[in-house]
Amino acid sequence: MATQLATPRRRPPSLGRTAERVATYAAIVLLACLFVLPFFWLISTSLKSPAQLFKLPIEWIPRPFVWQNYVRATTVIPFGLYLKNTLYIALFNVVATVISCSLVAYGFARIRWPGRDALFIVLISTLMIPYPVTLIPTFLIFRDLGWINTPHPLTIPALTGSAFSIFLLRQFYMTIPEELSSAAQIDGANEFQIYWLVILPLARPALAVIALFAFLSSWNDFLGPLVYLSSKEHYTLAIGLYGFLSRAKTDWGALMAAATIMVSPIVVLFFFTQRTFIQGITLTGIKG
Amino acid sequence: MAHDLAAPQQRGTARARRMSPRVWRNLRNGLLFISPWLIGLMIFTLYPILASFWYSLTSYDVVSPPQFIGLTNYVQLFTTDPLFFRSVGNTAFYALIAVPLSLLISTVVALLLNANVRGLPFFRTVFFLPSIVPDIASAMLWSWMLNPQFGLVNMLLKRIGLPALGWLTDPAWSKPALILIGLWGFGGSMVIFLAALQDIPQHLYEAAELDGAGTAAKTWHVTLPMLTPTIFFNLVLGMIGAFQYFTTAFVLTSGGPAGSTTFYSLMIYNNAFRYFKMGYASALAWLLFAFVFLVTWIIFKTSGRWVYYEVEKP
Repeated sequence: MATQLATPRRRPPSLGRTAERVATYAAIVLLACLFVLPFFWLISTSLKSPAQLFKLPIEWIPRPFVWQNYVRATTVIPFGLYLKNTLYIALFNVVATVISCSLVAYGFARIRWPGRDALFIVLISTLMIPYPVTLIPTFLIFRDLGWINTPHPLTIPALTGSAFSIFLLRQFYMTIPEELSSAAQIDGANEFQIYWLVILPLARPALAVIALFAFLSSWNDFLGPLVYLSSKEHYTLAIGLYGFLSRAKTDWGALMAAATIMVSPIVVLFFFTQRTFIQGITLTGIKG
Repeated sequence: MAHDLAAPQQRGTARARRMSPRVWRNLRNGLLFISPWLIGLMIFTLYPILASFWYSLTSYDVVSPPQFIGLTNYVQLFTTDPLFFRSVGNTAFYALIAVPLSLLISTVVALLLNANVRGLPFFRTVFFLPSIVPDIASAMLWSWMLNPQFGLVNMLLKRIGLPALGWLTDPAWSKPALILIGLWGFGGSMVIFLAALQDIPQHLYEAAELDGAGTAAKTWHVTLPMLTPTIFFNLVLGMIGAFQYFTTAFVLTSGGPAGSTTFYSLMIYNNAFRYFKMGYASALAWLLFAFVFLVTWIIFKTSGRWVYYEVEKP
């Protein structure tokens, strides 16, 4: 519609217009180069021998590629074990978050009950609380349960949902027409059946978003493992890499190889789920 | 609601009597559905907030039971601990410089990308990706990039004739260095801005054009007012982020040099898990809670003055 209206008015672009376009593209391309540079340098360094590292002028693309760094990064630390631990925690979080949040959001979005809106405001307010505030008593609870140096403190809380994902799902549930629920009700479905048979299948895109966020936040979590895990057998990649950083200090090639290995699943995941990602972030930002 | 207010004394009982079985059933079902979160709220939020107030009045080394010492921890914080004010200052520096700077950059980049740029998905990816890089990986990368002798940043600075900087090893440059690293991850808020921009109704621009508005006027009078809810949302997110800023500083500088990067949450972590002064750390945590409460309240009270919400159509 807009284009139809615009066509009759089209005239040759003025000099000012053209200059504006050129300046816009120049700014974007320049900025994009600046933002890609660290990634480029990360990979480039991870493929260099120590001699190539400090060579001047800068060797942007290493010749030859040195794969030795990747071997060191995965053998000096028990890489496979850390990966297994990280994946266990991340996948537990994904499954637990999806189950708990989809239930809780249903209670907030699809059933009308006294006190619901007040509790929802409480939920939103908990988003404002920085985690250092609750860190110490939470640590002491897990200590009393004997869960220090086990993965439980990093997995079990996911069963109670995350306020952010509940909020996000609730926003999505609200857009599903009420008629679908009433129709199911007339057919004799109870609330749980409506949740399971009507709402969940429709909410798949939103569930994918919170699953993705849950995976990312466990994969990237640093403070949690730092506080709760003390022996190597339970370490996650994040904390294992931290140990590697303090030990390998100047072995930049191996350090960058390790960082590349930690980043690459995230990048791959992003490329496969780009739309879900962008939709999810959009969903949180706009109708807040 | 209105009839509830009319008879405040008998509200509870009258309502209970008037509740139909249907309302009861909904209440029961609603509570059942949200029960996972309710349990979590009690164990992982409400109890810790109350408990940390109790711990803040004690001396507690984790091994022997907590000893009640009244307000001693708070007095000590304000009178004898220079690092307390240092960490408050550092955190304020980060919140007041990095957060607005990142808001500004995300708005500008989103505006640039929104101008019918070809290859938008590509550029969006480029700017977004750094924001999902794990903190530990980005810390490793930047410790190499900012290495005073062999880091890429200093090499490039030297090449264009500028002096090399000490970055993370120099108290004057350590905070700017961390802010630089933080800015690399601005993409999350940029994507939110971009989505908000694409949501602005086209007819507003057409109307402004009819009134003779150029690009600058349209940006100032249409785009920015329509963006204020998003700016507000990102501002709140950014502030919370500043209060819990931890990993990058912990890994790269562990608070140094000379306390220049001891941020508030690092201060809490060190006291609790390095010196095992749980009571003292709880006092810090409680002050943070009180402060966040206050700031949130102020932000929401004043937001009405500058945040523009379009009236929803019925």
